[in-house]
Amino acid sequence: MSEHVKEIKNPVIPSREEFYQVLAKRHGTKLQEKFSQASVAVCGLGGLGSLIAILLARAGIGKLSLLDFDRVDLSNLNRQQYFVDQIGMYKTDALSRNIHRIAPYCEIFTHTIKITEENILELFGQESVICEAFDNPEAKAMLVDAVLTQFPEKYLVCASGMAGIGSANLIRTKKITSHFYLCGDQVSELADGEGLFASRVAVCAAHQAHTILRILAGLQDN
Amino acid sequence: MLKINGKEYNYDGMTISEILELEHYEKFRVAVERNQEIIPKAQYDSVQVQDQDQLEIVSFVGGG
Repeated sequence: MSEHVKEIKNPVIPSREEFYQVLAKRHGTKLQEKFSQASVAVCGLGGLGSLIAILLARAGIGKLSLLDFDRVDLSNLNRQQYFVDQIGMYKTDALSRNIHRIAPYCEIFTHTIKITEENILELFGQESVICEAFDNPEAKAMLVDAVLTQFPEKYLVCASGMAGIGSANLIRTKKITSHFYLCGDQVSELADGEGLFASRVAVCAAHQAHTILRILAGLQDN
Repeated sequence: MLKINGKEYNYDGMTISEILELEHYEKFRVAVERNQEIIPKAQYDSVQVQDQDQLEIVSFVGGG
C-alpha cells in the first residue's frame, strides 16, 4: 500500500547535545570528539566538493570552510548537491543552507572567491585538512603546489580522474607523501562523450571524505 | 638510474623541467614529488635528479 508523503512543517530541531550523542553512539566517543573539534576546508563546490562537504557535516565535523566563486547552474543538477530553486545562487550560500538543514550546529565559513597563488595565504588558517575538489587540472596542480609548500603542516586530499562510465572499482585512494593523498583513477578525463556521472563522481567524493575522516582519526596509512 | 612512477629511467643529472618535457607532461598540470617531498614549481628548472631518486609525477586530469 502506498502512502502519501507529508511534509513536516516546522520540525523541532534537536539540541547540539542530542546530535552529538547519536553520532558518538555510531562513531564512538573518542572519534566523535576528534570530528567535532576538527576544521576542514573544501575547495570547489561542484560534484565532488558539494558531496564531500555534506558527508563531512553528516559525520559531525565541527567546522567547514567552503570555497567557490561560481553560481548554481541547471547543468550542475545531474550530480551536485543543490536544488532547482537554488539555480543562480552562489554555491557557497546554497550549500551552507543545505548543510544547515542536515547539521544545524556545523560551523560554516564561506569564501566566494577564486583561489589563486596570490590570495591562498589569507584563505586558510585553522583547518588541519584541505580538500581539493576543483574541476580544472591547472587549478588542481596550483593548489597542490601552494598548499604543500606554504602550509606543510596541513593535510591535502585531492582528486584526479572520475569522468566517464568506466568501472567504479578503478577509483582508489593513493598516499603520495605523508601529507598528500590522491583519489580517483588518475586517467579518466572530462571530454566529449565522457561526461561526469553522479554515481562515479560520488565514489570519488566518498573516497576523499573517508580519507579525511581517517586522517582526523589518526589513521594516516593508506 | 632513478625511478619515475615505479619505472626505471636513465635521467641522472637532468632537471625536473627537462624530464617533464621528455616525458610529455604539462608543467602546469602536474605535481612532482621526490623521495617523499614535493618539489615547488618554482624549482623545476634548478632541481637536478640523482641516482637512486624516487620520483612520483602526478598528472591531473579535468573533472570534479
